[in-house]
Amino acid sequence: MAFSLHGVHVPHRKYTAGFPAELLETPKAVTIPLSMHIGAPAKAVVAVGDLVKVGTLIAEAGGAVSAPIHSSVSGKVTKITDFLLSDGRTVPAVVIEADGEMTPDENIAPPVVNSRETFIEAVKNSGIVGLGGAGFPTHFKLNADPAKIDYLIINGAECEPYVTSDTLTMENRGGDMKVALEAMKQWLGIKRIIIGIENNKKKAIEKMKELAAEVGNDCIATVKVLPPVYPQGGEKVLIYHTTGRVVPAGKLPLDAGCIVVNCTTLAAIGAYLQTGMPLVEKCVTVAGGAVKEPKNLLVPIGTPMAEVFAACGGFVTEPAKVVYGGPMMGITVPDLSAPILKNTNAILALTEQEIRTPKTTNCIRCGSCTNTCPFGINPAEIARAYQKKDAAALKKLELMSCMECGCCSFICPANRPLVQTNRLAKVFLKEEMTKEGKK
Amino acid sequence: MEKQFTLASSPHIHSGRSTQRIMLDVIIALCPAAIAGVVIFGWRALLVLAVTIASCVAFEALFNLIVKKEQTIGDFSAIVTGLLLGMNLPANIPIWQCVIGALFAMVVVKGLFGGLGNNPVNPAITARVFMLVAFGSMTVSAFPTLVDTVAGATPLALGTGQSPYTLLDLFLGTTGGAIGETCAAALLLGGIYLIVRRVITWQIPVAFIGTVFVCSFFMEGFNAVAALSMILSGGLFIGAIFMATDYVTSPVTAWGKIIFGVGAGLITFMIRYFGTYPEGVSFAILFMNILTPYINSWTKHKVFGTGGKKQ
Repeated sequence: MAFSLHGVHVPHRKYTAGFPAELLETPKAVTIPLSMHIGAPAKAVVAVGDLVKVGTLIAEAGGAVSAPIHSSVSGKVTKITDFLLSDGRTVPAVVIEADGEMTPDENIAPPVVNSRETFIEAVKNSGIVGLGGAGFPTHFKLNADPAKIDYLIINGAECEPYVTSDTLTMENRGGDMKVALEAMKQWLGIKRIIIGIENNKKKAIEKMKELAAEVGNDCIATVKVLPPVYPQGGEKVLIYHTTGRVVPAGKLPLDAGCIVVNCTTLAAIGAYLQTGMPLVEKCVTVAGGAVKEPKNLLVPIGTPMAEVFAACGGFVTEPAKVVYGGPMMGITVPDLSAPILKNTNAILALTEQEIRTPKTTNCIRCGSCTNTCPFGINPAEIARAYQKKDAAALKKLELMSCMECGCCSFICPANRPLVQTNRLAKVFLKEEMTKEGKK
Repeated sequence: MEKQFTLASSPHIHSGRSTQRIMLDVIIALCPAAIAGVVIFGWRALLVLAVTIASCVAFEALFNLIVKKEQTIGDFSAIVTGLLLGMNLPANIPIWQCVIGALFAMVVVKGLFGGLGNNPVNPAITARVFMLVAFGSMTVSAFPTLVDTVAGATPLALGTGQSPYTLLDLFLGTTGGAIGETCAAALLLGGIYLIVRRVITWQIPVAFIGTVFVCSFFMEGFNAVAALSMILSGGLFIGAIFMATDYVTSPVTAWGKIIFGVGAGLITFMIRYFGTYPEGVSFAILFMNILTPYINSWTKHKVFGTGGKKQ
């Protein structure tokens, strides 16, 4: 591998690093949207008035690319309402009033896994989706032809500023990760495992090296220490930096013989195999300049943000933006009723000062955007092509390769809304391509 | 909760780099050479610089007012153009010519094309060339690079190989020439500052100056001293470090910058040795400015995952 992909040096601000995960007090009620993953929304199997316990199935997978959803508290279903997702879709959400007991469902038992099929089935029943943020149903990703998988890459490159929950997983949940890795070796025929971590996570590297030694008895398991350049944890970036392989534009990691699993996703699989308790709680980094006491908290899925921030002492100043995930790719929320989702690894309350940007000027053609883009895309040219609504030019500029990592907007001295324009241009190009297809 | 927070596309943090800060860095980097120019050429040099800066800012402000555009003088780019223009003029130039030059740079070259970022050629360079063509015959003393008399004669106008100046004279700038172009030491200092501050990269200055050096070295019969005096003379340093590296009118990728620098170096060399003008830096940069869109399209990055590996 001759070259490293470009990226930006972000301020890490990982103030919660090393903070152990504290347990959140049982919330009064949880709101669980039936789509916390990429793919078809889950279908509700409970009705208003039903009594549920921790781990009770409340919605089953709504298709091949989907995931089941379980109750995160014990209590009573009080409402099934419409819920507006951040991508603009409206899906049902199950509202459960907690009884405060957190009684686990009596049917919870470790799954019986004795074949590749039963393993995939178990992962599917666990409700686990990509916990790094994307929320792609994990069982679907793992259900690949084992002959095609050369590498299993564990993503420990937690490159977003502020967020430390994945690092915490690597430091403390090596046991769960080991169980999952052993199962994947056995049932998916994994021969080579690479755990990719940035060099600013010393303790995690140590722990993961121990893990690699433990699981490396009948396969090659290594830890790849990477420079802390954002977006190191981007799937295609990580594959290139750990294996030297290039995922072709528009293709999946499997096309390059790789499967990438986030470290927390891996730990969740391990935990499910041991206990049978599906994914009902998440370790969430609560940070940002507006938060009084930043913490890592273990939160039942569906807990409104307001209760999570309250458990961190509330706000020292009024936040300007409240974000799901990190500041580079996170999604803003309108108010604090937004619930913790399966793929929420952090919630940030950012102050005016933290989100401050310079004055927007004309593009000065400095080339910083294309020179920092990990994929070498030229966002400034895309913006000009989009302004002219030139679909052919957008296609030629490889717009669809953009992973929306945010490097271009972050670095742009003219403060142009480059990522936002790329998103709009993608919608436009998709529409144009559909029109073309119909002709 | 009633409180509605700001909803916006990611990213939610910024590097803090700004157009204004970049322009300020260029101004800071130009200061040593400007100060050296005032020391060498006296108070008249200071007056020229003050007039070009003030008129560039005034013309940009006026233009924005007339065409009802948002005021842009706060981005400092007009100050940079004014400073560069003044530094490219001789200290004894008539003041009214400075004002006309500033008008040409800010309105004709920059404003009419859509302001910052949209001008196809560098405003200061183009104004200098315009003034050379327009006033060169009227005012002999306006461009010392054209002067044959001893007072104010530049090393280049004296002809190659017979420079009365030592390398040290040329390096310190105690020679004839435009206000800001003679002191190579100060220009080099500014260039290093810009590279350290990551405002510019090394490719254009090194390729530009390197090409002139190598070509002169061969032309002068492998005489390193003559080749060194060739690169230290005239407007090469100010052009290669400050004008050719203008973001708007130079290529964006590393290879594009190298092509730009080598091209500008070759043209400068050819004008200096074979052309009718003693100096060719301005023409070389202007010509390469026009080629920049083509260089950009030849040298754009290969997008990751499409065909071979990224450059």
